[in-house]
Amino acid sequence: MTGTSTPTGGARRIAALIRKETWQLLRDPSSIIIGIVMPLVMLLLFGYGLNLDVKNVPVAIVMEESTADARGAASGFELSDYFRTVHVRTMAEAERLLLAHRVNAILRIPPGFARQVQNNDAEIQVIVHGADANTARISIGYAQGAVGTWIAREAARGRLLAPASISLETRLWFNEANESTYFLVPGLIVLVMTLIGTLLTALVVAREWERGTFEALFVTPARSSEILLGKTVPYFVLGMIGFALSVIGSLLLFGVPFRGSFLVLTVVSMLYLLVALGVGLVISSATKSQFLASQMSMMITFLPAMMLSGFMFDIRSMPRIIQMVTYIFPARYFVSLLQTIFLAGNVWSVILPNAAVLAGMAVLLLALSVRLNRKKIG
Amino acid sequence: MAMRNSVQRILALMRKEFLVILKDPRSRVLLFVPPILQCLIFGYAATYDLNNVPYALVDQDRSAASRDFAARLDGSGIFSRVAIAETTEAAAAALLRNRAVLIVAISSDFEKDLMAGQPGRIQVIADGRNSNTAGVAQSYVATIATGFGQDWRVAQGLSGQAVQVTTRAWYNPSLETRWNMIPSLIGTITMMMTMMLTAMSVAREREEGTFDQLLVAPFRPTEIMIGKAVPSMVVGLLQSSLIFLVALFWFRIPFAGSFAVFYLGLILFLAAAIGMGLFLSSIARNMQQAMILTFVLLMPFMLLSGLMAPTENMPAALRYFTMVNPLQYAIAITRRVYLEGATLNQLLPDMLALIAIAVVTMPVAAWFFRNRLV
Repeated sequence: MTGTSTPTGGARRIAALIRKETWQLLRDPSSIIIGIVMPLVMLLLFGYGLNLDVKNVPVAIVMEESTADARGAASGFELSDYFRTVHVRTMAEAERLLLAHRVNAILRIPPGFARQVQNNDAEIQVIVHGADANTARISIGYAQGAVGTWIAREAARGRLLAPASISLETRLWFNEANESTYFLVPGLIVLVMTLIGTLLTALVVAREWERGTFEALFVTPARSSEILLGKTVPYFVLGMIGFALSVIGSLLLFGVPFRGSFLVLTVVSMLYLLVALGVGLVISSATKSQFLASQMSMMITFLPAMMLSGFMFDIRSMPRIIQMVTYIFPARYFVSLLQTIFLAGNVWSVILPNAAVLAGMAVLLLALSVRLNRKKIG
Repeated sequence: MAMRNSVQRILALMRKEFLVILKDPRSRVLLFVPPILQCLIFGYAATYDLNNVPYALVDQDRSAASRDFAARLDGSGIFSRVAIAETTEAAAAALLRNRAVLIVAISSDFEKDLMAGQPGRIQVIADGRNSNTAGVAQSYVATIATGFGQDWRVAQGLSGQAVQVTTRAWYNPSLETRWNMIPSLIGTITMMMTMMLTAMSVAREREEGTFDQLLVAPFRPTEIMIGKAVPSMVVGLLQSSLIFLVALFWFRIPFAGSFAVFYLGLILFLAAAIGMGLFLSSIARNMQQAMILTFVLLMPFMLLSGLMAPTENMPAALRYFTMVNPLQYAIAITRRVYLEGATLNQLLPDMLALIAIAVVTMPVAAWFFRNRLV
């Protein structure tokens, strides 16, 4: 601490640095693209484009006999919202359609079906295209349901033996409408903040290192923590604008239910943004190259935020070693927080531990980035 | 003669590009190690299949039948019981705190109903915070319940169900998401790296001022373009081959198709992706812009490629957008060649689309190299 570095001097320097960074940010249209256009585009893509709900599965129906029973069994499919049916004459034709991806499933009612029904020993074949395993599995469930409806109807008329003897009443808490949009759209906030926080910051600081302007800042009386603060504040603001846009969009455009409190949501999002900024600063000062910084930030922040955060894929079903890996990435904690705050409410037993981890990471990363950016000529 | 000179110039440029990419040991590591790591990590992580579903049991019946049902859940290898509660309300806490994904509540008349020939009632409540996981978990319970119902009837000396539904899945008999995901990762990972590499290469020269030197040197824009495209193509092919090897020998997913068709598809795909990278690179002013433009384009490409959600579910407007998405074609080609052994004839439309993308983007990029309005 030198004599000239009074608190007001520090504040003035920080304000000047913030002003400089803000100008730099505003003059480059690409920052505006990533801060404002991209959240909106992603919101629309996620909301409308990404849909894990299975509906209108195209199915080819092959009836190898034309009896009332065969038509009855097929009717379950024709009436269901989950299927879009095409009738074909032969199994060979159906197979051709399946291979060409024109249909995703084949329903085959073999010859002698009606007679077998009389003997209580009938069989219906459902063949699904396994390439998309998730859709295939869900389609099989629907197919069993469609046949089950017909059996139940016939059983009620006393024509067939009673169906499976368990009735399952299924309910979905926190997401009664079973809309995948409801959990995908909150997940989008994670991606937006990761991109703004890490990617943009990593590039900006790496560029200063590449051009040598960082060293120019070193000869000024500004301390490295002040320089970093000046860098982070404008991007923090940009990140929060992106956050606000995503939240407003998900509530207004997609009607995602919001059951927690906005205050809690804002606080934990600020924490995550600080973590993301910290990662960006550390990456850029460790690599000091825009190309490497961009590749690194994509690899250690964006992809894990998409794949290892529990946002799309269930963490508990991953192998143990991959589960351990997910604990390293901050996105995991933020996804947990977002899904709970949006859909379940202020569940403190989920919020407090996750927020604490994020706070710890933020402190650690910001301290590390100040250390890495100490004034020294490398 | 002019032709030979041109080839010489292109070769010189290519040599320089390879040096730029490979001289930095960090960038060498960064180009080839992460694709393998990503393929391994995402290959294990990116699956919709569940193998560990914690559930809370509410057994209001406490009968032989209800215990038998719970034992079937526990013995499935998928469900693990983390709590036992008297009532559904008491079990709710486990769900709320993310300790359990499901509550399975067996009604108090379960065995009596079954004896009376009525359906036994079970309530399955799932955590909808991830409705996909919830839906899959519920469908597993339904499968177990169907099996239980049939066995129980047989055990009681009744005949089984009148009509059986037998199901089979072609091309992926055990319905593993991984079989579908890993062939798709070949295109996805390679696209991210090559598009970024290409987009950054011209932008870096612009930022460092060496692009102007290149333009005043006796290079034609087409030559610059080829000189920039071929090294990225080589890097991309190496990366995709590495991932391909991981898929074959680590994940042991059987390859059903022809290597020639597979690599033809990859080359066309890389040409399209590199064309897009060059185009972005030609309009960007500096590396930061190139990178952000690439990202803004990559993200929708990845999300709308069929990698994570089927493209058929998209609204029509977005399906038009996916027509210019090279990744969508690449994923269709790699999956179909890999799993189904699709032939060149069947894939012709996808291949032609990739050629069209490359044929449009590359000349436009070459034109912009010289005529960009700064």
